[in-house]
Amino acid sequence: MSIGHALLGLLEGGPRHGYDLKRSYDERFGQDRPLHYGQVYSTLSRLLKNGLVTEAGVEAGDGPERKRYAITDAGVTDVERWLSTPEKPEPYLQNTLYAKVVLALLSGRSATEVLDAQRAAHLTTMRELTKRKVDGDLADQLICDFALFHLEADLRWLELTAARLDQLAVEVTR
Amino acid sequence: MSLLKAEGLFKSFGKTHALDGADISIRAGEVVAVMGPSGSGKSTLLHCIAGILPPDKGTVHYSGQDLTAMNDSKRSELRRTEFGFVFQFGQLVPELTCLENVALPLRLSGMKRKDAERASRDWLARLEVDGVADQRPGETSGGQGQRVAVARALVTRPKVIFADEPTGALDSLNGERVMHLLTTAARETGAAVVLVTHEPRVAAYSDREVVVRDGRSRDVEFAR
Repeated sequence: MSIGHALLGLLEGGPRHGYDLKRSYDERFGQDRPLHYGQVYSTLSRLLKNGLVTEAGVEAGDGPERKRYAITDAGVTDVERWLSTPEKPEPYLQNTLYAKVVLALLSGRSATEVLDAQRAAHLTTMRELTKRKVDGDLADQLICDFALFHLEADLRWLELTAARLDQLAVEVTR
Repeated sequence: MSLLKAEGLFKSFGKTHALDGADISIRAGEVVAVMGPSGSGKSTLLHCIAGILPPDKGTVHYSGQDLTAMNDSKRSELRRTEFGFVFQFGQLVPELTCLENVALPLRLSGMKRKDAERASRDWLARLEVDGVADQRPGETSGGQGQRVAVARALVTRPKVIFADEPTGALDSLNGERVMHLLTTAARETGAAVVLVTHEPRVAAYSDREVVVRDGRSRDVEFAR
């Protein structure tokens, strides 16, 4: 996730100070990985240096920094460009699970056990996400569904590999 | 302590060994997903432990009674009173309204129409399909029909619900809604659910999984 673009996107709603931005980011996108203050301020200073945000006065009050930031025209253009550029699809070609299966077969260990243990671990995580999803709001549902669909893809691969283990064993030990 | 326990099940159809020494154990109130690739024997396992299909070899014990030793009428009475069933499709009687479909098992057990329909209406409401009570199954959507089928499976307050690919004919949103309503209702009434599925996201509504491959099952709870 590009934190810079996310903060810029949040600033499009109006000028805000760093703490406020962090809170808003964590609430929407950072449930599992909240931002550190350091990240927020270093990102903001980079955006400032690149002319994508500008200082918009200082708010009176306690706390570490009450400087307010506003998005610039260049910042808006940058957000637009980011939103309209598709994310590069992950090729998923570096696969630890595949390596484990092959090494189990090469060493005469049980590849079925590797696959079974992984299936159980995946399903445990999927159960936790499902629980969170059914107890949550629409944002939770969409965030959890994204994870669930990806884990499901892994599981389908595990099943397919389990069905092809005999064939794979012949090929890797040839 | 298991409510339903099957041990060493074998079942062949001609030369095909559908079950080749399968074991499974279900405790009261738990939701167990039976997973495995197509043709692995998971549906045959469900049919054997539900008393629909007699195994060639092996035993099935439900609440201390041996299903494999019962005669047909005793087994079908057990199925009607203790078990509920949800299949992929084709289980509702097309000539009856949805309400009459749900009320059917209660009527077969001798309950008066008024009482049976009152209880059925409650279940339709719990499954959020009370709006289709007076429609025939053919007039409802796939998701609604499946919720009616779940209501019918639950109306007799069964101890075990057997669900064979209950979301197989539904899109993912409707499928998940059915799973949520089915597992929530089962947990509230204390019914166990044996859920046959090949879909991991459906299996994620369970408490644990039993994997079937080549007619053999891997049930970690069975050994305990």
